[in-house]
Amino acid sequence: MKDIRLLGLKKSPWVFHVAAASCNNCDIEILAALTPRFDVERFGILLVGSPRHADALLVTGVLNRKSLPRVLRVYEQTPKPCLVIGVGTCTCDCHMFSDSYNVVGPYDRHIPVDVYIPGCPPKPEAIIAGVVKALAKL
Amino acid sequence: MALFGLFLTWIDRKITARIQWRKGPPIYQPYADFLKLLIKEVTIPESSPKTLFILAPVLGLVAMPIVGMMLFSINFNPHSLFIGDLIVILYLFALPPLAVILGGSASRNPLSAVGASREMTLYFGYELPFLLAVLVSVIKAGSIRTGDIVLYQNSHSPCLYSLSGIIAFIIILFTIQAKLGYIPFDIPEAEQEIMAGPFLEYSGVLLAIFKLTKAMMLFLLPIFLITLFWGGINSLWAIPKFLLILVLIILLKNTNPRLRIDQALKFFWIILGILGIVAVILAFNQL
Repeated sequence: MKDIRLLGLKKSPWVFHVAAASCNNCDIEILAALTPRFDVERFGILLVGSPRHADALLVTGVLNRKSLPRVLRVYEQTPKPCLVIGVGTCTCDCHMFSDSYNVVGPYDRHIPVDVYIPGCPPKPEAIIAGVVKALAKL
Repeated sequence: MALFGLFLTWIDRKITARIQWRKGPPIYQPYADFLKLLIKEVTIPESSPKTLFILAPVLGLVAMPIVGMMLFSINFNPHSLFIGDLIVILYLFALPPLAVILGGSASRNPLSAVGASREMTLYFGYELPFLLAVLVSVIKAGSIRTGDIVLYQNSHSPCLYSLSGIIAFIIILFTIQAKLGYIPFDIPEAEQEIMAGPFLEYSGVLLAIFKLTKAMMLFLLPIFLITLFWGGINSLWAIPKFLLILVLIILLKNTNPRLRIDQALKFFWIILGILGIVAVILAFNQL
């Protein structure tokens, strides 16, 4: 029963792009992954402009004291069930900023993350592979 | 009708993909989208009037099956409906934009409010040339009953095969584009400026209802156009006509940039409005 209900989610994940203080490299790569060259609409992936429409949040950047409340708010605004996909090494282990006074640690200390895509920045192919893995987890 | 409408949105997305030189979504994509939206949580903004917020999309959806039923019964049995049914159809086609305006205003979101006000402006813009163009076939058939218009076209020639008919057909093609919110006139939901406009706060089932209304309009508006101007849909010839209109709509969508709201209003009132008046005058003179 659970599988039948999640089938729709598996076949049409609409993504919302949450840029939480990243250096913009990952954001550029996400945008590159959404271009006609990689054609993610084959998998039903669409970029939406509102977290209300989103099924997957693509989060980028180091989580810090300023961006944490915003990320939490976007996560709460997203209708469940939803996926959280961390893009870039910063989301996994805070990368070279891990000792900074402002950093509040990796994402899964605050919100449940389904898949991390490491790389600085990850290639579009890696991002697509990560999203596909997150969907296979459902 | 709903299933077929969703299928048409797939055709739209597939052709768009092929134009952009990519493969495009699989055939079950719109159904998967719909199924997914049904299982999603429905969020209602805290400060919004709940009844209005929930009922607005339903208002738009209920109009479409009624229009569909009327159009089909007119086409297969032209004597079936009453005098003035054309006016009822026009009013029912006005309900989805009204639903978008109500829903957008009820969302209590600044971007939704901007979207709703744009939708209202656009609606006032396209309704004038739309009504003028519909008037052309009413004048030609000499009756405001849609069945009589179909009968007139069967006994004489379709309204399209005359100068005024061609002008009115082009006008309605543009207004269909605006009614569907497709690209030269997708001003109310412009993704790059105001995200999704009036639909911004909608999620889950309510968003699915909006999408379904749009899909059914994509099915019914070309049928309405064929009924009034191209001899009705009572033979198999209607299928290539329908597909031609659909492809024209999609090509218009893919080859044009978005207009600003003032440009769209100027286009509809000045260019199409004058063309509409010219078409009506031509129709009075049997051209």
